[in-house]
This record gives sequence, structure tokens and C-alpha cells, in this order.
Amino acid sequence: MRSNPQVKEVTAVRGADGRWIGVLLLLTLCLLGIGARPLAAQETAPAIDSGDTAWVLAASALVLLMTPGLAFFYGGLVRRKNVLSILAQCFLCMALMTILWVLFGFSLAFGSDAFGGLVGGGDYFFLSGVGFEPWDGTTIPAQLFMVFQGMFAIITPALMIGAFAERMKFSAICWFTGLWLLVVYAPVCHWVWGGAEGFFGLGDDGALDFAGGTVVHINAGVSALVAAILLGRRQGYPQGISPPHNLPFAVLGTGLLWFGWFGFNAGSALGANESAANAFVVTHVATAAAAATWGALDWFRERKPTLLGLITGAVAGLVAITPACGSVNAMGALGVGAGASIAGYFAVTWAKVKLGYDDSLDVFGVHGVAGIWGAVGAGLWATSGVPGNDTDGLFYGNAAQVLIQLKAVLYTVVWAGVVSFVLLKLIDLVIGLRVSPDSERIGLDVTEHRETAYTLVD
Amino acid sequence: MKYLVAVIQPDRLNAVLDALQKAEIHLVTVSQVMGRGRQKGLSQVYRSHKEAGSLLRKVKLEIAVNDDFVEAAVDAIRREAHSGEIGDGKIFVMALEECYRIRTGETGSVAIG
Repeated sequence: MRSNPQVKEVTAVRGADGRWIGVLLLLTLCLLGIGARPLAAQETAPAIDSGDTAWVLAASALVLLMTPGLAFFYGGLVRRKNVLSILAQCFLCMALMTILWVLFGFSLAFGSDAFGGLVGGGDYFFLSGVGFEPWDGTTIPAQLFMVFQGMFAIITPALMIGAFAERMKFSAICWFTGLWLLVVYAPVCHWVWGGAEGFFGLGDDGALDFAGGTVVHINAGVSALVAAILLGRRQGYPQGISPPHNLPFAVLGTGLLWFGWFGFNAGSALGANESAANAFVVTHVATAAAAATWGALDWFRERKPTLLGLITGAVAGLVAITPACGSVNAMGALGVGAGASIAGYFAVTWAKVKLGYDDSLDVFGVHGVAGIWGAVGAGLWATSGVPGNDTDGLFYGNAAQVLIQLKAVLYTVVWAGVVSFVLLKLIDLVIGLRVSPDSERIGLDVTEHRETAYTLVD
Repeated sequence: MKYLVAVIQPDRLNAVLDALQKAEIHLVTVSQVMGRGRQKGLSQVYRSHKEAGSLLRKVKLEIAVNDDFVEAAVDAIRREAHSGEIGDGKIFVMALEECYRIRTGETGSVAIG
């Protein structure tokens, strides 16, 4: 469009006196030069797009809903004396992580490189400089990008709650999840999404993590495993633990997670576009494949398809597709989902029993293992046929991508494992991690919160 | 006066209550209970972790009756709770020493009716 007037002018003067041609050309160039500045300025700072903004606003709300969903998923699986403690811990994350995120977390994750890219700098502390102009590389306001990412910062620490359920002090959980956000989550988020360069530049390397396989699920899964081992088993584990007190709650929670996950994954396109549509489709397909696979494994190995198996599979599928949803198509998603349940099933029913740790609600088995599978799966099934993605995986002739994925996994596992261990040891030294045996026996609802979920009468 | 405690299958409750009503036995207290008898419980599986021999849901009826009504009450329960399968339940009959009606202060047989 912009070049058309120029062409017309030049053709109009063809055949006229040579001097006029020169003058007109000069005039044209001057006019173009005058026009060029505002045009160029527009290119470097694209305008806010109302469609993109509308979708990311809605997606942010969807992601927030996942945390109460998770609370019911976990709450239904614990014993009735501890259901409120789980709900309280998840709700705490919604409050505490939000505050920490706007004060420091967002800047530590998305500020410019500090300490050689280990973490983001303090440029955005207290949200200074985070306004309503488009966030870099997007067409949505910076404040919206900040709050969308903030929802991820809420649910990630909340995921870990399942591992130390029914035995950790509420005060220790406040300290652990809060500090974990700043020293574990924010750095890994910076490496993958925050534009880190150099040694920590995982995103820069080309690691595929569309919506948080490393940042969210491997990070939380590995840290959760460390916490479960450091805290030790629950009294009476494994034989003396009663079954889930309310499976319908767990199913309700899974439904909310599945629903909210569309915001998590398709929202990560940061726009209402083809990439978001692909992420939406593959998220749905992988989850269905994983639920069916876990159910089938149960049916085959335990003679009955359990409901808990179906919903556990669904969550494993959601986890696994998270890193891959920007780079695989629906057929790849079937593989990612089915593999997630096979890997998760093995981890939960065999590895956990063999190793003897009490990861109460299988955070490592479902989030850690399926997360690692998903990160690798992205390296297998990625195809440049997916809109917004130009990376191929192993099955499309690029074996090197698997190594890039494994490197990102390794970095996350090491950082999450080591730093969580140090954090938990410190907190244990100062205030102690575990509730008293008496309080564990009576139940955390009464001893930690002075409330009960179910009254005897009325 | 006798005190009857019957533990029956939950799905027989309404039939038993109807039969008691017909026999003019109105005073009955019902609770949901868990129990185990000769049929044992069904084992359950949670993420491949097996819970063996768990308890089964039952319903417990408690009925206080004058001596004239004992047979009618036992008959009604036996007839309606019976299916012939293991797990139909039990009826226990005990002597009842005293009964007070809280509202009026009446005692004994009068208070039961």
C-alpha cells in the first residue's frame, strides 16, 4: 500500500523532461522520508489488539479458577479431617503469591538479566514501568501480561501442596511457598520465558515450553518430591491411610482444572489467533487420550476401570501437553497424552511403592513425571506445520530438539531439587516443617485452623 | 418393654418402615451405619493401592415396644428385610428397664406408644 503512490508518480512523469523527473523523485523521497518516521515508529510498537486483549483477559480468569479446582481435586483425595487444610493452603496461594508477584516476582521473572541471566533484575519491582502499552512482542497491555503470568505463579506452588498434604505446618507452608516463588519459580521462569541469555538461556536455546512444562510442572513436581521425602511419611503410611474421603469433590476439581487449562495453554498464545486454536485443540485431545489410557490400564491391571484412574489420567494428560501445545498437532497430542498416562501410571503404582516415599497425592508422579514426558514429547512430535511454530521434532527429522528439551529438563530438575532442599532445611531449622504427632492424628482442620468441614448435626 | 435393634440392608428400609407402620409401630429411630458380617466387605482400589475388607453400608433401626408388640415388630422386619442372601442382617431383642416421655414426664408403657 505504502509504495503505490510512489509508483504512480514515477509512471506519471515518464517521458517528461529529465529535470522534472529528478525534481519529482527528490520530492517523492522527501515526502517518503517525512512519512517514514511515524510509520517506522508504529512498526516497533504495535497497537493493542482488542481481540487478543479480550482473550487473554478471559484466559487469565480461567487460569485463576484452576487453583480452587486443584483445591477440590486434592481436598477430595485427603481424609475428612484434613480437607479444610488443603483448601486453606490453596487459597493462601491465591493471596500470598499475588502480593509477592506484583512486588517482586514479576520483575525477578521478566526483568532484564541479572547475575548472568540466573534471574530477572529489579527493573519492574513494585510494577514500576509496567503500564498499559503493549508488552514486548505482544499486542496486549503489559499489565495484562503481568497478571496472566501471575495466575501461573499462584497455581505452581499450589500444585506442591498435594505432596506434603496432611502433615505440614501452615506457617511452614506460608514460608516455603512464598520463598519458593521468589528463588525457584522466578529464576526458571526467567530462563525459559523471561528472555535469559547465555548459560541460563533455555528459551534462547530454542527449548519448546509453550505453557509451562518445565517452569510449572517439572519445577513443582520435583520440589514436591523433595518436600515429601524431607517431611517423611504420614503416620501409618501406607496401610493405615484411609481412602479418599470425597471422590466427587476430586472429579469436580478435575473438571475445573480441565476447563481452566484452556486458559492456561491457549492463553499462552497471548493472542486470539491460530496458535491459540491449536493449543486449545491439542490440550483437549491429549487430555482425552490420557484419561482413556489410565482408565484402560486400571481396567487391564486391576480388573476395574476406576474413576480415580480416569481423572488422574486426565490431569497427567493436561500436564504433559502443556509444554507441547504450541508445537504439536492433534495427532501428536494423542501420543503425548497416552504416553503421559503410561509414564504416570508406572511412577505412581510401581516406582513410588518401590522407593517407599509418601508423596501423598502423587504430585511427583503426575506433575513431575508427566511434565518430563511432555517436555520430551514436544521434542518428539513438534512440527513446523503448527501455526506460530517453526521447530520440528524427532519425528519430523530434527533429533537435536530432543537434546535441547532434555537440557531444559535437566536444568529445571537440578535447580528445583537443590534449592527446594536448602529452603526446606532452613525452614525446618527455624520453625519446623511438620505438625506434632498429636495434631496429625486429630487432623489439621481443627489443629491448624480451628474449623471443621463437616458438622455432626445440621 | 423390649428394645429392638435391627441391622438391615439399606435398600430394604422403606419396605420395613411401611410394614412397621401397618403393625401400628410408630416409634423408630434410623441411622446409617457401617458394618461387616459373614459376607465380608468388598475390597477397594485407589491408584492401584488396595484397601482390603472394608465395611459395608447398613441401616440400623432402634425400636422400643410394649411386650404385646414385640412379635409384630420382629415379624414385620423379618418379612420385609429378607432376601435369602448373605447380609440380610440381624434383629436383637433386649429387655428395656424404663422409658420417659420428655414432654409430659410419663413413664413406662404409656410413654412408649
